[in-house]
Amino acid sequence: MSEIVDILLSVSLWAAALRIASPLILGTLGELICERAGVLNLGIEGIMTAGAMAGWMAVYQGADLWTGVAVAAAIGMILGFVHGVFTVPLGLSQHVTGLGLTLLATSLSYFTYRMILPDVPSPPRIEAFQPLPIPILSDLPIVGPAVFEQTALTYFALIAVAVVAYVLYKTPLGLAVRSVGENPAAAEAQGIDVYAVRIGAVMVGSGLMAVGGAFLTMSAFNAFFFEMVAGRGWICIALVVFSSWRPGKALLGAFLFGAFDAFQVRLQQVVGGDIPYQIFLMLPYLLSILALIVMSRRAAYPKALMIPYRKGER
Amino acid sequence: MRLEPRSGVPVHLTVLAPACAVVLALALTAIPLLWADVPVVRAYGLIFEGALGSQFALTETLARATPLIFTGLAAAVAFRARLWNIGGEGQLYVGALTAVAIGSGAIVAPPAVMIPMILLLGALAGALLMLIPTVLKLRLGVDEVVTTLLLNFVVLLFVSMMIEGPMKDPMGMGWPQTAPVVDAAALPKLIARTRVHTGLILALAAAVAVWVLVNRTAWGFEMRAVGANPAAARFAGIPVARVMIRVGLISGALAGLAGVGEVAGLKGYLTLDLSPGFGYSGIVVAMLAQLNALAVVISALFVAVVFVGADFMSRSIGVSSYLANLIVATSLLTMLAASLATRYRLRWR
Repeated sequence: MSEIVDILLSVSLWAAALRIASPLILGTLGELICERAGVLNLGIEGIMTAGAMAGWMAVYQGADLWTGVAVAAAIGMILGFVHGVFTVPLGLSQHVTGLGLTLLATSLSYFTYRMILPDVPSPPRIEAFQPLPIPILSDLPIVGPAVFEQTALTYFALIAVAVVAYVLYKTPLGLAVRSVGENPAAAEAQGIDVYAVRIGAVMVGSGLMAVGGAFLTMSAFNAFFFEMVAGRGWICIALVVFSSWRPGKALLGAFLFGAFDAFQVRLQQVVGGDIPYQIFLMLPYLLSILALIVMSRRAAYPKALMIPYRKGER
Repeated sequence: MRLEPRSGVPVHLTVLAPACAVVLALALTAIPLLWADVPVVRAYGLIFEGALGSQFALTETLARATPLIFTGLAAAVAFRARLWNIGGEGQLYVGALTAVAIGSGAIVAPPAVMIPMILLLGALAGALLMLIPTVLKLRLGVDEVVTTLLLNFVVLLFVSMMIEGPMKDPMGMGWPQTAPVVDAAALPKLIARTRVHTGLILALAAAVAVWVLVNRTAWGFEMRAVGANPAAARFAGIPVARVMIRVGLISGALAGLAGVGEVAGLKGYLTLDLSPGFGYSGIVVAMLAQLNALAVVISALFVAVVFVGADFMSRSIGVSSYLANLIVATSLLTMLAASLATRYRLRWR
């Protein structure tokens, strides 16, 4: 037991929790924006992969880190635009388009990677974002090293939560996004261009997802591996349901998830050999399913989620 | 200019739309080929040659199409009832795992007993795995897309645990793989010295059976009604939950059979690279076939041609074989766009 307490009290656990949570925070926020506007985006897994590859590749080719982030976001927005056009004005199945986009974005990323780097023996590394302690705040006990000695992209994720929450609840733009996701006909009657708002929301959301993917290659592993996203996109979709479509709760959900993941890695080192390591690796996925089961009874889906809107049709 | 719903689908469009979609997809994937500085016509020529150009190539394509027919049918059946089973990959692996668990020496019986047994139990394993998300959806309203997707990862880790642990082949030179299935449980080859096995016949029979089930039986009518409008179906007295469970079981069983076929007909033992994403490709197969069970056979052949041919092309001119996935994914999206043409007509006014 004392080992478990030691793990829970260690600062490194909580620092790791936030680090693991960062890509999930960005991905969950991105998906949340799409769904708030009424569009399910199953392209997330592929968009995160594309962001991871594009951001990393830009830096590897000599761009600076923030340019890399911008490249990732731009690729994400382009893919989001494709998803938006297919699902909003064309009204095609959001499930199938999203899965198709994931297949497309993933294979395009792998193809591009192999194209540019045909025969590298091991994945090359880049000079990635370094931990950036914030003066004064990082001197706080426990919270300081856990929260305020992260990399710039983690701070970006935390700020994004606040910005998205503010825009969604306090601005006319946010009201427009929420209303096209709840009742597009009423939104249209208010003079809101439903198609434009939905496509815009999907593009912005997809841009955030791509930055979430870029976190993996530019702030965590510093290299691009095939299949490195490993279902994080799907976990984000579960986290959106867990969050009841609220940015603050999305942050909480992602952080709890990160804490659990960081904990199981450390627990694995303690209990070691007795339990196959695959059991530990399964836990995050099982936990996501469990979170879905627990929350789904209370899930208040945006009313128009997955329902295409056609002007002048009821 | 506006889109107007069609009352019926003209026959010529059901053939023309997929054909145009494929041509458009090939045109779009020419862009990365041009970027790779590869002669486009030659590249597509090599794909064609590698998949259909010789007797060997043809048999390879048929062998590749076999699991795709099964996973394509699994997706088509489920999507028809709007049950989004994205877990074909996981169901395939539990089917395969069950087949080796029984077929690699645990039970000794003549082929007439062994083969039906591994097929049945493999299908049952896939069906039971799909039962979990189906029941969660019906009872608790948990979205099955996410649960089936996440279960794929759980199953793969479980398989990894089994083949590195209790089911590891002691004669496997330390490789993480199971013991081979015994001869009595192996699906006989259709053509000697090739990789085409009886699974292909089973897959074709399954396609016919699914087509009859969906289009010519009361069960199929109920499935289609639930898919078209669940609220109306419930109102008409159709037991929606029971229909969904039935669909989930059939879909999971079909995907499970894909795994049995791969392990007992082709590979002989189970490793973690048994399926290069057959479960996911099955979704593309089903969509290209517009969820029609008989058309699934044709679209599975198309996808198999792309995969087998692209491997060949990749070896010949050194372009990454990820091009195959690129062609398949692009085809899915262009097919989706083309499906608009079958459902709507364009009116200029």
